[in-house]
Amino acid sequence: MLTVGLTHYLVLSAILFSLGLFGVVTRRNAILVLMGVELILNSANINFIAFSHYGNLNIDGQLAAVFVIILAAAEAAVALAIVLNIYKTFQTVNVDEINKLKE
Amino acid sequence: MQLMDLIFYFFAVLIVISAGVVVFSKNIVYSAFALLFTFFGVAAIYVLLTADFLAVTQLLIYVGGILVLMLFGVMLTHKLISVDIKAKPLKLLPASIITAMIAGTLIGIFSTTQWKTEVNFDANQLRTTTDIIGKSFMTTYLLPFEVASVVLLVALVGAALLARREKTKNKV
Repeated sequence: MLTVGLTHYLVLSAILFSLGLFGVVTRRNAILVLMGVELILNSANINFIAFSHYGNLNIDGQLAAVFVIILAAAEAAVALAIVLNIYKTFQTVNVDEINKLKE
Repeated sequence: MQLMDLIFYFFAVLIVISAGVVVFSKNIVYSAFALLFTFFGVAAIYVLLTADFLAVTQLLIYVGGILVLMLFGVMLTHKLISVDIKAKPLKLLPASIITAMIAGTLIGIFSTTQWKTEVNFDANQLRTTTDIIGKSFMTTYLLPFEVASVVLLVALVGAALLARREKTKNKV
């Protein structure tokens, strides 16, 4: 039990995923929701690389993780641009107060 | 292997605690800086899993890029003087029940499944993964690699366009 194996990494990523999901569901600030999404993506990456080390997924797991990182960067850039626009329009970034698509 | 275990537990605790601060902290700036420690811890986990290129990429892109973007977002969308920066959570009870159920299910599945592991970890045969990853990108994964580069370009142009929409509207 004490020797670290595949299960330990998977459990760590499950905890990280749950924390990220909790952040996405409960926080009202759009930027904190984005941070929760980043935590979820990181937990998925830990799974990919754990299987590439312990399982049969050799280098392919690491390549999938690279693509996840690329998409995370693109997502963060576009999402923050949208958040800036929302702030310009509504003077707030609380996701539960934004209920119109335009002014 | 005892030292490896200790290092793993140290970074696992670091990740969980800092991710908890990200999620539960009342102050957004604290959350952003706790996210820094989470990303560092995940990079250390990558090193433990012998993914050196991924660890460096994680540091470069997440810590150097995404975290700075997040901090810019925090600074640009808040009047730092006002108390607006505190963000109260909503619907705590149902969210925690559902999240706890999902976490329990995931951990249960992960720990009861008999994973087919083949540990080919040999400290003498460790080699850097950068050249293997580069060769894979240029051969087997050439199409996804090119698509990813186009996606990044489009995201860059789109983000710049979205963020500067006000200017162009005035001009037209």
